Amino acid sequence: MLGEGILKGLAVTARNFAGSFVSAERLTTVQYPEERIALIEATRDFPFLVYDGAGWEAGLRCVACQICEKECPPKCIYIEKSADKKPDYVGKPQFYPARFDIDISVCMSCQICVEVCPFEAIKMDTEFELSTEDRFAGLLFDRRRLAKPNEHYRRIHPAEAAEVDARLASEKAKADAKARAASDAAAARAAARPAKGGD
Amino acid sequence: MKTVEEIKLAIEAAVPGAAVEIVPNPSPGGQHSLRIAPGHAVAVATFLRDDEELKLDYLSNATGVDWPGCLEAVYHLYSVALKQGPLIIRMRTVNRTDQVELPSLTPVWRSAEFQEREIFDLFGIVFTGHPDLRRLLMWEGFKDHPMRRDYVEPDDFEYEPTAHDEVLARAREHRSRE
Amino acid sequence: MAVADNKTEKPEGWNRPPVMEPDGDGELLEVAMGPHHPSTHGVFRMDVALDGERVIRLKPVFGYLHRNHEKLAEGMSYLGSMPFTDRLDYICSLTNNWAYALAVEKLTGQEVPERAEYLRVILGELTRFQNHASSIGFLIQEMGASGTPLMYAFREREKILDLFEALTGARMMVNYMRFGGCRVDASAAWLDAARKVVAGLPAFTGEMDRLLSTNEILMARTQGIGVLRPELAVNAGVTGPMLRASGVNYDIRKVDGYGIYNRFNFRVPLGDHWDVYDRYMIRLLEMRESIRILEQALKDIPAGPVMDPKAKLRGFRPKPGEAYGRIEAPKGELGFYLISDGGPNPYRYRVRPPSLINLTVLEDMALGENVADVVLIFGSVDIVLGEVDR
Repeated sequence: MLGEGILKGLAVTARNFAGSFVSAERLTTVQYPEERIALIEATRDFPFLVYDGAGWEAGLRCVACQICEKECPPKCIYIEKSADKKPDYVGKPQFYPARFDIDISVCMSCQICVEVCPFEAIKMDTEFELSTEDRFAGLLFDRRRLAKPNEHYRRIHPAEAAEVDARLASEKAKADAKARAASDAAAARAAARPAKGGD
Repeated sequence: MKTVEEIKLAIEAAVPGAAVEIVPNPSPGGQHSLRIAPGHAVAVATFLRDDEELKLDYLSNATGVDWPGCLEAVYHLYSVALKQGPLIIRMRTVNRTDQVELPSLTPVWRSAEFQEREIFDLFGIVFTGHPDLRRLLMWEGFKDHPMRRDYVEPDDFEYEPTAHDEVLARAREHRSRE
Repeated sequence: MAVADNKTEKPEGWNRPPVMEPDGDGELLEVAMGPHHPSTHGVFRMDVALDGERVIRLKPVFGYLHRNHEKLAEGMSYLGSMPFTDRLDYICSLTNNWAYALAVEKLTGQEVPERAEYLRVILGELTRFQNHASSIGFLIQEMGASGTPLMYAFREREKILDLFEALTGARMMVNYMRFGGCRVDASAAWLDAARKVVAGLPAFTGEMDRLLSTNEILMARTQGIGVLRPELAVNAGVTGPMLRASGVNYDIRKVDGYGIYNRFNFRVPLGDHWDVYDRYMIRLLEMRESIRILEQALKDIPAGPVMDPKAKLRGFRPKPGEAYGRIEAPKGELGFYLISDGGPNPYRYRVRPPSLINLTVLEDMALGENVADVVLIFGSVDIVLGEVDR
């Protein structure tokens, strides 16, 4: 019969249309921004810098090694090293970035900076509602804007953050154990010396 | 498929006078190539396409390379009929400035039509015998050949969305000169 | 079906660009279709000369989306080019990544662990599925169906993109494959979610089939239009579903057997009328074959690492040499030709774009057809401008 194919097709669209009133499978539209769907955990938008503790300057993990600046494909990161050093999470003095700018109008969210960072200092954020009226300065994030606490990282990427925390904790434990062993050896040498000196 | 040595002998037997040399490829893939002199290139290409044992009827990729003394066109050939390949053939121009002609292989393999236009556009190799040699990716009236390693960008070309530092300074200077 | 056959004598100039003479006197109407056009799949222009409704001459004009990818790659490390390959065929970023990773692995001789190969196949076939579904949707939209099949395809595609986001972090620009494997491993939860999505795909393909394949309007508009002879297709370097719709049995997954494709049991559909309807049907049938491969891969995926342990992320300097690596991307044969001079950046980096080379025969297919059919013929080639212009 002529028209049979069209009628079969109309039956499919009718099923989808009627089905969209009763099943969530068929009606997948989400009325953004009134309704929002939960973000998928692994999603990535733009980078941010992680800091431990309460003070963003003191706890910033970044040591200004500039590896992310070199590896960034569109070259959107600009770093200036500081002149002095501050202690990091294991107590070793490290440089820190006096200036750390990311131009998010250039950043393409490829996440290579996260992959190459040896210090777990830069991670991917999940915020995308970043529109601003200032095309140039509004999209150039400085280190104050980029620095976010570790609690934020744990909240947005719980599984990754747990892994990173475990790794850093084990590094810190190893460093502490080494420091303790060194100080024990020094104390043992100091205890042994007065006995010798008394002779 | 035959090795490059056997193919070289077959070409020299079928097209007398064709100068073919083997270019070894040190990488683990082992895709060695044959350098062909431009004089007999179309005859060699027709032989490669129609020979019963090779039947390389499918030109997969045609591209240009900019070497320090000359320009080169590289062609990757496969056979759809006999499911074999690749055979890589190369042709070099004499120099990079005035003697940049090479014979077009479009009459043999139609897939070279757009690819040779692109090589002409981006490298500057002129293919004689091409049915319609004009620029492909750049606009008509564009001078110079962008993929050459000594290409200098025009100085009023702000290629960043937020031009700053040297790019902005150069563009400003160009505009103030006009 | 007759494979490209060099035995019969073909007339001189059989593979030249065609020239057609107009019927009567009078001027030809010259129309520029594009670049600002809803049906040209991107910024693309066709300079069409019409005699009434018939196309007498059609010259495509490229370069509106040229982003200089090849020269940028000469200034960037090998890893740094990987995010840019996502943006070539921006709908199928995973297969672009795979082709580039394959080319570099051929250059360096790296081994890829088995689990990574299975993951590559799973993601590659999911990409192929959503590409063919969108391509059919766009073709039908250009026919005037106002987006209903397209939106059904996008509904399914959303599920696949959610899978990509859960694994790689991004829906489209994934930057996932690395030289020697994949960036992150897939958890058991992800594999279960993937199995659930794949279980729903046959119903979707059946629905698209019932909706479209016997539709009289579709058949009247696409059958007999845009015929491409197999000999011309092979000679013009056409690859992918377009080549198979012209009856030529050449699927790089079967011919080269790259990765672990020779472990999977799948068929290669071929067309026998070589027209637009065959190209639509081939894509639908390839969607079904992709589901078969996915089911097999998701069942057999082994445990293990996903990255070659000797692979270096930074300071990657392949030894001098060159390599050409190609895969069966959803659009055709996507190849990367790399020449290395031993430094951290490639000396020459070339992308062999299937969409550009498939367009070589656009004029041959469109001459003599009505201008309304040009849009359909163009849609059946299934191009993405990111790849044509790079």
